[in-house]
Amino acid sequence: MLCQFCQKRIATVHFTQVVNGNKVEMYLCEQCAKEKGQFSFGSPFGFNDFFPAIMELNQGPSYSAVKSNVQVCEKCGMSYEEFQRVGKLGCSNCYTLFGELLKPLLKRLHGNTQHSGKVPENVSRNINTSKEIEALQELLNKAVQREEYEKAAEIRDKIRALERDKGK
Amino acid sequence: MKGTVNEKGPESDVVISSRVRLARNLKDYPFPFKMNKEQQNEVLNIIKDSVLNDNDPLLKDIKYYGISSLNPVERQALVEKHLISRELAESQKESGILLSSGEKVCIMINEEDHLRLQCIFPGMQIDKAWDLCNSMDSMLEKKVKFAFDDHYGYLTCCPTNLGTGIRASAMIHLPALVMTGYIKGVLDACGKLGVAVRGRYGENSEASGNIFQISNQMTLGLTEEEIITHITNVTFQIIEQERALRNELYKQNPIRFEDKVFRSLGVFSNARTISTEESLKLLSDVRLGVDMGIIKNISMDTLNEIMLLIQPANLQKYARKLLNPAERDVMRAEVIRLKLSQNGQPTKGD
Ligand SMILES: [Zn+2]
Ligand SMILES: [Zn+2]
Repeated sequence: MLCQFCQKRIATVHFTQVVNGNKVEMYLCEQCAKEKGQFSFGSPFGFNDFFPAIMELNQGPSYSAVKSNVQVCEKCGMSYEEFQRVGKLGCSNCYTLFGELLKPLLKRLHGNTQHSGKVPENVSRNINTSKEIEALQELLNKAVQREEYEKAAEIRDKIRALERDKGK
Repeated sequence: MKGTVNEKGPESDVVISSRVRLARNLKDYPFPFKMNKEQQNEVLNIIKDSVLNDNDPLLKDIKYYGISSLNPVERQALVEKHLISRELAESQKESGILLSSGEKVCIMINEEDHLRLQCIFPGMQIDKAWDLCNSMDSMLEKKVKFAFDDHYGYLTCCPTNLGTGIRASAMIHLPALVMTGYIKGVLDACGKLGVAVRGRYGENSEASGNIFQISNQMTLGLTEEEIITHITNVTFQIIEQERALRNELYKQNPIRFEDKVFRSLGVFSNARTISTEESLKLLSDVRLGVDMGIIKNISMDTLNEIMLLIQPANLQKYARKLLNPAERDVMRAEVIRLKLSQNGQPTKGD
């Protein structure tokens, strides 16, 4: 995610502040977060500061690291902070772990986040099998509703066989 | 080894070669920079074995070379031929390449990704390069499980390659666009079209022999065929512009045009010592002369062979000894004269 203030660097800090009884949340980069911290009156956000909610404001802003930022990939030891430094991911699992944080970057790089090209044969076979199982499942439900138990048992066997295949 | 670039292909008056590269990773291993030595060796062996122990005709003339078994000159020579990256040549990892005898296929193992499958064809044949890459990829996926995600597609170490993992490119010679300054407009337009254009031998386009590499930037969200079609269309537009400008330049002042070409040929074929930079510059003029039919007795094959041999490492490989820069300049001039004379006497003009 990009810093919501400068729109340039990647956000690493989750910034919350209560202004006029409203909780304001922002994702900021480290640099912007530091600057914000020095003038905790909510002016940078364009809120009206002249109202009596000053007391609440004085609670000051609270910071917490963006959740995924402190997470480390259990498969390869990569942290999001390391990714930002080297620009590379460590393993397949990193894509799952940092997925949401990566999306804005992918959008910027490719204008898209969903693959539409080639699919490996074993994967597309699995996708087809899943679709087939789904269709059979529907037939099964209908058969049960109609109390055609013999037919239902037949369909159930087919589904089991397909599921075994898929697991391979 | 007679490289691809020594053959002539379609649109060879502008396009020197076409290439398609696919980035792939094995499902059960971290990406190369996160692997330990043991994992690096495992991945290397899995890929090596699945390619070498196969009777498929596509793979039959492929040989393996471990990077650590090659000396620095051999590695550099492969970089100059554009078969491997500088990163792989300098790699401390357990890495290697699978190279076909015609150098049409080159697979880098344990570069940034576990596999970088590349197919290279002479002239404008990006579609053919893709077809071959695609069939090799399909064959490999029967033996190894690639890291693939339903949403993101093929998973790559760098997000810039994610999805299709494809980089389709053409190496193009654009002397007229550079000479007229129109190249800047072309570069700007390409940037807006999601197409990257880089100088082949560095930033200074004249010093790099007016040779550029054009390639797709986006890899996610489009099909491989869409990417190939897009880069092909953009390249053809550049080809047409370059051709029109060449003809226009000639028409405006044929004598000056021929004079430039033949003066360059004169120095190129008679120099006794010459730097890489100067020879690439002159080569560009000579190539233009041959493309336009002004220089008659030199074949494009000869020029392509010279283009490879004049680079420092390939030159030393050819000479079969290490040479210091001054010795290289002498050797380079010698090789150019030899190759041109073997081709037959260059025309000295009417
Ligand atoms: Zn910021
Ligand atoms: Zn990881």
